Amino acid sequence: MAAKSIHTKLFGRALLSFPSRTLYRSSHTPSTMTSLSARIVIRAANRELEVPTGLFINNEFVPSADSPNDLIHLVNPATEENICSVAAGSVKDIDIAVTAARKAFNTTWGKNVTGFERSKLLNKLADLIERDQDILAEVESLNNGKPFKIARDFDIGDSIQCLRYYAGWADKITGQTIEVDNKTKLAFTRHDPIGVCGQIIPWNYPINMWAWKVAPALACGCTIVMKPSELTPLTALMLSKLIVEAGFPPGVVNTIPSLGSVGGAALSMHMDVDKVAFTGSTVTGRKVMEAAAKSNLKKVSLELGGKSPQLVFESADLEQAANWACLGILYNTGQDCTAGSRLYVQDTIYNKFVSLLVSKAKELVIGDGFDEKSGGGPLVSKTQFDKVWRYIESGQAQGAKVALGGQKRPGKGFFVDPTIFTDINANMDIVRDEIFGPVLAVGRFKTEEEAVSLANDTSYGLGAGLHSNDANQCMRVSSALEAGTVWINQYNLLNNNVPFGGKKQSGIGRELGSYALEEYTSVKAIHWNFGEKLDWPL
Amino acid sequence: MPSTFTHEFNASAFKGKVSFNTGLFINGQFLDGSDNTTIDVINPTNGKMTTSVSEGTPKDVDLAVDAAQTAFDTIWGLHAPGAQRSILMSKLVALMKKNADELAALEALDNGKTFNWARNVDVAGSIDCIRYYAGWADKITGQVQETTEDKLTYSRHEPIGVVGQIIPWNFPLLMMAWKIGPALACGNTVVLKPSEFTPLTAIRMCHLINEAGFPPGVVNVVTGYGNTVGNAISSHMKIEKVAFTGSTLVGRKIMEAAAKSNLKNVTLELGGKSPNIIFDDADIEQAVNWAAFGIFWNHGQTCTAGSRIYVQEGIYDEFFKRFMEKTRSLKVGDPFAPDTFQGPQVSEIQFNRIMSYIESGKAAGAKVEIGGERHGSEGYFIKPTIFTNVDPSMKIVQEEIFGPVCVVIKFKDEEDVIKQANDTFYGLAAAVFTQNLNRAINTAHRLRAGTAWINCVNSFNSNVPFGGFKQSGIGRECGDYALTNYTAVKAVHINLGHRM
Repeated sequence: MAAKSIHTKLFGRALLSFPSRTLYRSSHTPSTMTSLSARIVIRAANRELEVPTGLFINNEFVPSADSPNDLIHLVNPATEENICSVAAGSVKDIDIAVTAARKAFNTTWGKNVTGFERSKLLNKLADLIERDQDILAEVESLNNGKPFKIARDFDIGDSIQCLRYYAGWADKITGQTIEVDNKTKLAFTRHDPIGVCGQIIPWNYPINMWAWKVAPALACGCTIVMKPSELTPLTALMLSKLIVEAGFPPGVVNTIPSLGSVGGAALSMHMDVDKVAFTGSTVTGRKVMEAAAKSNLKKVSLELGGKSPQLVFESADLEQAANWACLGILYNTGQDCTAGSRLYVQDTIYNKFVSLLVSKAKELVIGDGFDEKSGGGPLVSKTQFDKVWRYIESGQAQGAKVALGGQKRPGKGFFVDPTIFTDINANMDIVRDEIFGPVLAVGRFKTEEEAVSLANDTSYGLGAGLHSNDANQCMRVSSALEAGTVWINQYNLLNNNVPFGGKKQSGIGRELGSYALEEYTSVKAIHWNFGEKLDWPL
Repeated sequence: MPSTFTHEFNASAFKGKVSFNTGLFINGQFLDGSDNTTIDVINPTNGKMTTSVSEGTPKDVDLAVDAAQTAFDTIWGLHAPGAQRSILMSKLVALMKKNADELAALEALDNGKTFNWARNVDVAGSIDCIRYYAGWADKITGQVQETTEDKLTYSRHEPIGVVGQIIPWNFPLLMMAWKIGPALACGNTVVLKPSEFTPLTAIRMCHLINEAGFPPGVVNVVTGYGNTVGNAISSHMKIEKVAFTGSTLVGRKIMEAAAKSNLKNVTLELGGKSPNIIFDDADIEQAVNWAAFGIFWNHGQTCTAGSRIYVQEGIYDEFFKRFMEKTRSLKVGDPFAPDTFQGPQVSEIQFNRIMSYIESGKAAGAKVEIGGERHGSEGYFIKPTIFTNVDPSMKIVQEEIFGPVCVVIKFKDEEDVIKQANDTFYGLAAAVFTQNLNRAINTAHRLRAGTAWINCVNSFNSNVPFGGFKQSGIGRECGDYALTNYTAVKAVHINLGHRM
């Protein structure tokens, strides 16, 4: 199975057994506030635990200020059973959280704290997440559906690294001194924290996207109002508890589970939010940017959708290319913004490669995330399940050939098996639109030029992959592909120190690496005159 | 056939004849607009027509974008090495130097600023800016990130592609240089819209761009109105980036259009209501000179204009007396007269807008200490104007006037003034005058502004970043910071041995 081999390669340790039965107790949730937490059961792990379900403002879990009866009901996508309900934040709650974040920025965070101190707290947070990785992974698996081991070793393992990476940056934020005139003037720049940041994250990697957003913002000294997805808010709330335990001052991180149309819109429109970072669909990203333009011209970074191409050239190691192609489209059950959902194969190797690809894709087991055999879980929700099936049906109706999958499973759970279409053309919906499921469209090309033109024929520009053993070709094609990330003889593996983001309509700005620091700093140029006398009038 | 503008300058500052085609500049050629219409260019000193230039339409923007895309795909962008881009930019610099007086004269005629200022700041600054970015063209670097030995990862800072640039009328040539300098250095192609009020130097530059040998389509200039050409650029599906300098009102529309169309990247350099803070321990003569320069330079038509002057109570009376004397000494008049400091405002619209602010200040109970009325009987001249007795709720304290109008306000201490200075939704610039090192640094650091000047105002350098906090903008121009506005970062992950 694809992910397993990556796992052993990247993390180099044996798969751990499921955790033993222990209760997850919190020292931070007073027993009198029972309505602000829920007990949930992880059957597969024989574990019962208490999770926070309130809004997290000023380091406390609180009910909604004006709509305490509005709840968001969470569903286990593998069983369709209810997990629990969490408070649904209102516009007013966002206001209260922004006020808390502003106060923290002006008094205990931002320029009031040293980079060294921010670094220590971020490292502490990483330690706590590492300590709680099993519990966090269980809840991530329960709520999102992804396999427990993948949640722990990839989503959480990578999140810990991400926090540590930015902990290292916190005391290394530097401006420039600029030589202007050695006799009269010195200029220098300060990279100030922007201020209060709204962060809106998706449901496909709830913990990992939390880390990508929180780590650089805190390293730079910003304060945060975080809106997790209404589908998967539990782990963000659990991480909020660790924020308190790590010792972050109240108000530095606030978490408001809320619907996008309520909390997301309120953050994007807010007059006292200085920056909004969003990961999600292009449709919503557009609304976030419009709201920023109409309100206070807050800075915007967007990490949006994709319809990423993978090119397989005749010189490629076909076995390896097929493995990476499977990882590209099937990892996280295709719920991945960089999903390599269009695969173009050179005609000389087309038949051989497609049969290899189908046989490998078939080997992936999509099942309950707590089943050890599962390499992929269900889709996150009924809405996503229906959407993906509409695309599969449209592919069939528009004349593409089903080479694998295409049949609904009986029973409960939002499971969709790997699906491969061939005989596609450029006008089909399955070739043009982001499906966000394990659905691959396979086409063919004759020449390198044709491959590049097919690959770039999209309004998106997030990821792209190419498989070839011709070094010159690798350089030519990687240069010509219009995408923020290009993988050569690989796919879907990211590194915290390498920038990530979209060209064209896949986004604005870059996350990860030193590049993300630019998204959370505001440059101030200081011009210091120490010798120029101004004659007047001139 | 687009008309040719011919003019004989006969001022002591510059004598000579200019003559050039005033068409749209698309794919290296001068063309009529697709509707065959023209825009009248008005001389702000007398309200009379100077000439007319071709008017662009959204259809012309399409043509320009096609030309720019073709150039990007064939002879510019990744097809022109940085060294080659640098050489062409250096040639342009040489031609600008050769024609510097003519460019300054055109700017003075068109905008109303004095020939001397145009020559010494606008033209000199533009030359310096293009020269500065010519030096960057072959120094665009990405990073190589260390990951593992079986993987090579690097980032390329590629040119974005076709970029739209919309520039204002207050520094027509200089804003063109700030925009095209970094864009061309990074390998982008350009569709630029100059202001309909001041298109002459941009059009003249197109002739120099051809003469320098830039391939056709690399720079295109579509003169036109904001609601037609500007809107077409910001909502264009094939323009991947738009850069705008102008009002916050229009900047907002541009960002909205970008969001609604193809999510193009946006940089905005917008308005300001910049505070100028003078502490008791300032060098008073220098503070007076800089304060006057801060607000009255370029007739107050400067986005960083130091329009709110805060003076500490211990020095207030003396400062105010000297500031009045200084203001009284400013000569308003013919831009080509050698002793003129201030020319006319750029247009009748601006003139009326500024006068209505002055009226609103008077009506709200502020006191006009000097000025407050037009100068002369023709053209758009306004006397340098100082208001006192203001309160923070007045429009003249809150809003950008973009004219030679300032308010002078007394303050008590550092806390008091920082609070007042930051009480604005703008955050473009701020200035501090003091001889105390700690106070200078502390105040400069606490001001919420993209530029903080210490013991100077309105002093710019091509290598120092410039841009706004809060609603004064998004992104930074100038310096190496501007390169990030014109590059798209691509991360390339190469697998060298990691078997799946």
